[in-house]
Amino acid sequence: MTFDLDRAWRVDPRVSMRPEPFGALLYHFGTRRLSFLKNQTVLAVVRSLADHPSARAACLASGVAEAELPAYARALAALADSNMITERIPA
Amino acid sequence: MAEVPTTGHETETEALTSDELLVEEVSIDGMCGVY
Amino acid sequence: MTVAPDMAVAPDTGGKAPAPGKLTDLFQLGLDAPICLTWELTYACNLSCVHCLSSSGRRDPRELTTAECKSVIDTLERMQVFYVNIGGGEPTVRPDFWELVDYATAHHVGVKFSTNGVRLDAAAAARLAASDYVDVQISLDGATREVNDAVRGPGSFDTAMRAMGNLRDAGFRGFKLSVVMTRQNIPQIEEFKAIAEEYGAQLRLTRLRPSGRGADVWDELHPLPAQQKQLYDWLVGHGEQVLTGDSFFHLSAFGGALPGLNLCGAGRVVCLIDPVGDVYACPFAIHENFLAGNVRETGGFEGVWKTSSLFNDLRKPDTGGACKSCGFYDSCRGGCMAAKFFTGLPLDGPDPECVQGYGEAALASVSASAGLPVPRPSVDHSHRTSPSRPRASVPVTIARRRPPAHDCDESPLAGFEAPSPDGASGGCCR
Repeated sequence: MTFDLDRAWRVDPRVSMRPEPFGALLYHFGTRRLSFLKNQTVLAVVRSLADHPSARAACLASGVAEAELPAYARALAALADSNMITERIPA
Repeated sequence: MAEVPTTGHETETEALTSDELLVEEVSIDGMCGVY
Repeated sequence: MTVAPDMAVAPDTGGKAPAPGKLTDLFQLGLDAPICLTWELTYACNLSCVHCLSSSGRRDPRELTTAECKSVIDTLERMQVFYVNIGGGEPTVRPDFWELVDYATAHHVGVKFSTNGVRLDAAAAARLAASDYVDVQISLDGATREVNDAVRGPGSFDTAMRAMGNLRDAGFRGFKLSVVMTRQNIPQIEEFKAIAEEYGAQLRLTRLRPSGRGADVWDELHPLPAQQKQLYDWLVGHGEQVLTGDSFFHLSAFGGALPGLNLCGAGRVVCLIDPVGDVYACPFAIHENFLAGNVRETGGFEGVWKTSSLFNDLRKPDTGGACKSCGFYDSCRGGCMAAKFFTGLPLDGPDPECVQGYGEAALASVSASAGLPVPRPSVDHSHRTSPSRPRASVPVTIARRRPPAHDCDESPLAGFEAPSPDGASGGCCR
């Protein structure tokens, strides 16, 4: 799946997010799937998705370097695939 | 060495090892010690 | 940004962050809360399954009150424990069962409850089908009445079937049909799948452990080596359609890992809260050596999870011990702590069912050293009508293994005889 970094995203309201020393756990109460965010940066990105007009903006604001964007896009694609994050209409 | 199971979200263009993925997914049933 | 201390130094990747590493390595830092846990609500049970991991049957007079249970749920909510497997004994025999399930779901704790089906009438099924946050798991250990009831007692097959029919008729799809795999029921694996499909359930196959009453029937019930391979191959063929509760990670040494974390979660990502509030590392390890504390202590469950010295020990990195030199250690992680403990094996050595056969050899030397009793469960709530079981203080010498077919024979299948097709069991029954 090619993830669109330039669209607006948010965490699904049925997801419970739990920060941990290594990053975070996300649990979707509807699908009963569990996702592990394996560093603090990807947690920062996910947490801030709703506050930014695009996922790209959220990544850059969280300190993701341009060269790292593909890796973060893949991470966000995985989360979108399992319905942890969904597109939103930007305000 | 066995790989940690992944959801197979690696793209065809870059074969990532599970070590490089920033997000991994497991079923909530995937923890040993819960019957 | 906080960098995890165990993050590997990356090769030059043009400015990319270092690889986050293996998922399982991240747990070395410990978790602030379990991911999920088992909560046994009562030791009371209408059945007396021969292999019961919690030696259930009779209610304990000290069981947590309704108020105490709600306080535990409040703690689980605060800690953001995502999901609780409510079991027992038979949890539905508690008068406050539905009240507690409703309280849990209202407080953002997902519930799956594990039942023999005795109280799942049409009304209960309808109530469950109407809820999004409660999952149900029906226990069944034989695809036929004969095989099942030999382990779970007369009438138990019919009870389970009736409950499943009620769930199906109420429109509850995807409830779990959970089977403990034994020598007698592994040949029925396709029939279990058919039953699950017939009732719209998801099949779940789990490992038999020598825990609780399971220690008494382990020799007769545990799968034979060839059956383990057969089971592994079948699970690989069925991918994520069939659940396992990650209970077969010791079989990873056969080939690729099965879905799941593939590690012992005890005290690390899961634990057990028992009916009197005792917190154990896992439900298969109900023994004082694995008792971390009690929820009635000042710090409650959170204090136990975070400060118990037992749990802190379990969270230290696993160095492999006697298994270190084995090429398969990385995949099997030395197997199940509880299986080793209750067969008298050292915890830093092979699993009794090690697929390389190292467990068999280790067990042979345990039986050979006379006078060392195998650990017994410290907690026993079995019905008094159950056959009496050996007490810890009686030095009983039981031939736990067949002697090797030939002293020099290295094959773990030496002397192997195929199980009888009718699944006749010599296990004890009520």
